[in-house]
Amino acid sequence: MVTRYLVKTGNRELVGLDFRWILATNIRSRIEPKDIAIIERSKNGFFYGFPVAVVENGQRLPTTDKQQLAQQLAANISRVSTLVDEAKSLQKHDIGNINYQLEQLRLDERADKLNGSLTSAKQHAYLAQTEALQQSYKILEQALFELRAQASRDSIVMLDMSGKEVSLKLNTVLDLTYPNQLNWLQKLAQWGSGLAKFVVDDPREANTEGGVFPAIFGTVFMVMLMAVIVMPFGVVAAIYLHEYASKGPITKIIRIAVINLAGVPSIVYGVFGLGFFVYMVGGSIDNLFYPEALPTPTFGSPGVLWSALTLAILTLPVVIVSTEEGLSRIPSSIRQGSLALGATKAETLWRIVLPMASPAIMTGLILAVARAAGEVAPLMLVGVVKLAPTLPVDLNFPFVHLERKFMHLGFHIYDVGFQSPNVEAARPLVYATSFLLVTVIVALNLTAIGIRNHLREKYRALES
Amino acid sequence: MEHQADHLHRQLPPFLVAKSNRRRMIEKLTQVGVTLGGVLVFVALLMIFLYLLYVVKPIFDDASVKPITEISLQASAEAPLMLGFDEQNQIVYRVSTTGAVSFYDVVSHHLISDIQIPLATGVKVVSSSLASASEQLYALGLSNGEVLIAAIKFSVSYPNNQRQITPVVDFPLAAKKLVLAHDVADLSGLVFGYNPQQVSLVYQLGNDQWQLTRFNREANITTDTAAWTRVQTPIAHAPKFVTQQLMTPDQRQLLLQSGDNLFVYDIQHVNAIRLLQVIDIKRDEDKVSMVSLLAGASSVLVTYQSGEVRQYFQVSSEHGRMYQFIRHFDNTAHVATLATEFYRKTFATISPQGLLGLWYTTSNSQLLNQQLALTHPQAMAFSPRSNALVIEANNKLHLYQVENSHPEVSWSALWQKVWYESYPEPQYVWQSTSATEDFEAKLSLTPLVFGTMKAALYAMLFATPLAIAGAIYTAYFMSAKLRNVVKPTIEIMEALPTVILGFLAGLWLAPLVEDNLPAILLLLVLLPVSILCFAFAWFKLPLAVKQKVPELMQELMLIPLVLLVGWLSFKVSPLIETWLFDGDTRQFITHELGFSFNQRNALIVGIAMGFAVIPTIFSIAEDAIYSVPRHLSNGSLALGATQWQTLTRVVLLTASPGIFSAVMMGLGRAVGETMIVLMATGNTGIMKWSAFEGMRTLAANIAVEMPESAIASSHYRVLFLAAFVLFIFTFVFNTVAEVVRQRLRERYSAL
Repeated sequence: MVTRYLVKTGNRELVGLDFRWILATNIRSRIEPKDIAIIERSKNGFFYGFPVAVVENGQRLPTTDKQQLAQQLAANISRVSTLVDEAKSLQKHDIGNINYQLEQLRLDERADKLNGSLTSAKQHAYLAQTEALQQSYKILEQALFELRAQASRDSIVMLDMSGKEVSLKLNTVLDLTYPNQLNWLQKLAQWGSGLAKFVVDDPREANTEGGVFPAIFGTVFMVMLMAVIVMPFGVVAAIYLHEYASKGPITKIIRIAVINLAGVPSIVYGVFGLGFFVYMVGGSIDNLFYPEALPTPTFGSPGVLWSALTLAILTLPVVIVSTEEGLSRIPSSIRQGSLALGATKAETLWRIVLPMASPAIMTGLILAVARAAGEVAPLMLVGVVKLAPTLPVDLNFPFVHLERKFMHLGFHIYDVGFQSPNVEAARPLVYATSFLLVTVIVALNLTAIGIRNHLREKYRALES
Repeated sequence: MEHQADHLHRQLPPFLVAKSNRRRMIEKLTQVGVTLGGVLVFVALLMIFLYLLYVVKPIFDDASVKPITEISLQASAEAPLMLGFDEQNQIVYRVSTTGAVSFYDVVSHHLISDIQIPLATGVKVVSSSLASASEQLYALGLSNGEVLIAAIKFSVSYPNNQRQITPVVDFPLAAKKLVLAHDVADLSGLVFGYNPQQVSLVYQLGNDQWQLTRFNREANITTDTAAWTRVQTPIAHAPKFVTQQLMTPDQRQLLLQSGDNLFVYDIQHVNAIRLLQVIDIKRDEDKVSMVSLLAGASSVLVTYQSGEVRQYFQVSSEHGRMYQFIRHFDNTAHVATLATEFYRKTFATISPQGLLGLWYTTSNSQLLNQQLALTHPQAMAFSPRSNALVIEANNKLHLYQVENSHPEVSWSALWQKVWYESYPEPQYVWQSTSATEDFEAKLSLTPLVFGTMKAALYAMLFATPLAIAGAIYTAYFMSAKLRNVVKPTIEIMEALPTVILGFLAGLWLAPLVEDNLPAILLLLVLLPVSILCFAFAWFKLPLAVKQKVPELMQELMLIPLVLLVGWLSFKVSPLIETWLFDGDTRQFITHELGFSFNQRNALIVGIAMGFAVIPTIFSIAEDAIYSVPRHLSNGSLALGATQWQTLTRVVLLTASPGIFSAVMMGLGRAVGETMIVLMATGNTGIMKWSAFEGMRTLAANIAVEMPESAIASSHYRVLFLAAFVLFIFTFVFNTVAEVVRQRLRERYSAL
């Protein structure tokens, strides 16, 4: 038995291979150099080496000792990262906003043309607006270039594994740490900051590095939208089954329908959602309301609204079963008491039954949310993408864009773990994402179970 | 209720009546609203069913042919050589045997243009020939030894945003004519193949010698012109009396039909022409009437006097790729003319009496058999998009609209073995897309259904014993305290996203199992055996010792044992591997046992999907056993039965319908599971039961291919059919399970 080590080599531009297997028997010696540094970069992954000097404007800054070098590095990196962040925000928000407005103007003009209501006055107005936008675009672009030029002023000289000096631009450097100099507290802090980055950062390098923020946001947003849709239908259906339906064949059929809705494979919902919601309903919406954008589909392509609707049908039985269980736990003496006091059935329902069943409804909702958050197969057809350029919510009117595609934690796991060009590098990220998803879902389920158990106790007390 | 309210109403003082009316309205509205909401659930299910059916239905629709119009020709027109349409079916054209082309407007019947081929005085057309249907090319052999190749082209322009199609006759060769030899006056039987770089001509001289002349284009870079070089060679020992001659569009094969034999020549290299094969197409008394090439030019269709059509294509054999009889089409009417589609494997036959037949070769099905209002058809052609048909009969062009969107999909093609072109034998194949253009989609659902069954079977093999045994123990033996922990844990297990299970199975379990195969096999044997031994030992233990162990400890006692056996198995795994399997189990399985071994295989899927299915089976089965009325088991125990007897003869017997329904529900879930199968198998459509190979299931196939399929294409609809099949599968399982459960509940309440 020979132990093999899988070693991450980093320095991708110098080595090419990210990982390699090394036999333990081939290892002559191991050292832990004190002042080796890890650089996290926005491109080409990690760099491992020894910092030598900081270069500003092509001039090496004089350094006396390593302490000073570390300070210089920290100062320059924080300066550059502020600049890079500013540039990113400028590009994403301000310039993105102008691009969005330009596109809207183009569509408005096209819509007027299609209606035949494009007068020359209107045309001039459009032209003027476009001009104005392009003017401000140019100014912003200037500012962006300025920022970028400033950010690319500095670089860092590193000693690589073969002892050669390598110069790295500071504007690609995200973070620099001396791992062998950290005590356990600093290590913990490092780990914490890594965790924070994982949660709030955007993905980089084809999703194999960076964070999963868009996926978290997309999952939460889609699930909330779904909850809003599924809630009323599920509750009403449960009330019908438990309070209104007589014991006849129709009720039996509906019960079988509920069981079947729960049992139909999720992929079938995906197929149905794609055909019915996306192509049929979405296509009709496009023809009626967005003819100016055609042939580019607006609602006629997979998006977050269709995903939410599809999952709403999928989770409907969860809400129904849970609500019904809650309803059945309410002692009938309470209902009879209300009716005996002269309340109508509707009044009993609204004032007595529903408030008492509300924790059960809540349980159903939580279970539905947990189910929807973990469902991937149907979403692959109706709206999820591996990398969404924009979130479904942003600062451009109307702020919520239900037609946009979104990222999803579950799909992220599948995509990064199985479709990624560099599975080995992405592995930690996949495990982290899985852990996040499992944590969220188990927490949701535990909450639901907790509420339900609490409820059972309460009604048991009522009955006795 | 209603009656009571009315009764109450009559006694109310008038100032309350308004309020009462409002209350009554709210009551009514709530009732209607709630009922609607309840019915909506049923509607949702019905809608899914109907929508799937609505998308699937067109693939089983029959083809239809409807007349559009008729266009009269000039009385003196020569016999037709070629007919055809433009892409939009707005213009129909007709080429006569002398090369004259007439274009007609489909709507107005006007003659748009009539183009005569300019010939020198005294020169006549002595032979003419067609290329394959999709090329819209023809060649004329002239009496002065020249050959002229002409193409029908349509140029589309958009003046004033209106589409305008202008037909032209184009001569693709710069010099317009290829000179065979100046002294050749009596060429006959011309066939040709054309591409911009190479032209091949085959013809017979003076009803005697067959010749091949090949022209190659050589571009001159300096002058930016091209010259054609000519090579000519006789085809040795070719039959003299040839009824029909064909050349494949790639200019590699020449087919000469002489009597009951079809001579196949390899003409790829001019100086190495050889006879590949002589196909005996004799069929008793039936004479061959026609030989034609199917779209893609891989298949030869031989038509007989009786109307029967036979398909031949090349199949690999020990003598190389040989033409072989594949299938025949039972046409009973004599075929006057036969037309093939541009890209698909459909062909049309028409009898002298006007009986039109549409056939799809691959699925061996007749799509249509319809009597048309015409007689003595002379020529027939499909439009480029195969949605129209033109037939010339009695000096008229008859135009028909053809509705034939999904000929490749039929019941037999989906579920039975199909012999595809260039396959060695009939097979079940799912291969929906490919990089090449003239690709025929192979849409057999059988391998996918097989894969689904296999995945479900392995999952059930793993899950059913564990889940049911667990359910029995939890419901019947376990203390309430532990049960209150176990049940929610299983519930959380059920809520675990399948993408996580699939990811763990694919990235962690699969490599683990591959590295420790002996351990896994050992576990399968050792675990049950050791548990039974342990139980026996416990049974033999003196009562005094037993009573000292607290109840909770007794229940959890097996956990350390299982862990120990698991750890041991993994520890001895390398030893067994070196001792029994020459140090590499994978190699051993592949070489010694003859199985192929995939890392992501049915075993992995079975375990991972088993985990997904266990909670479903467990919770339903547990419910069923737990709700067996206590007095039944108590009565049995009181009458002197042991715990075991009570369990097997009373409790399980009573709960068996519930357990059955639990298994059904589990099966329903296993059949439709997508992500686990997608991530933990190789997704190849293998049809083998081996545990060490993967599979492709219906659900995974949909997930992979649906986003890429074009809307309303055959592929799209077949994927919907796959979803529909899944829907029906699970519908049956779930409905049976639910009905059984409802019955059981009624019986329990009666007890």
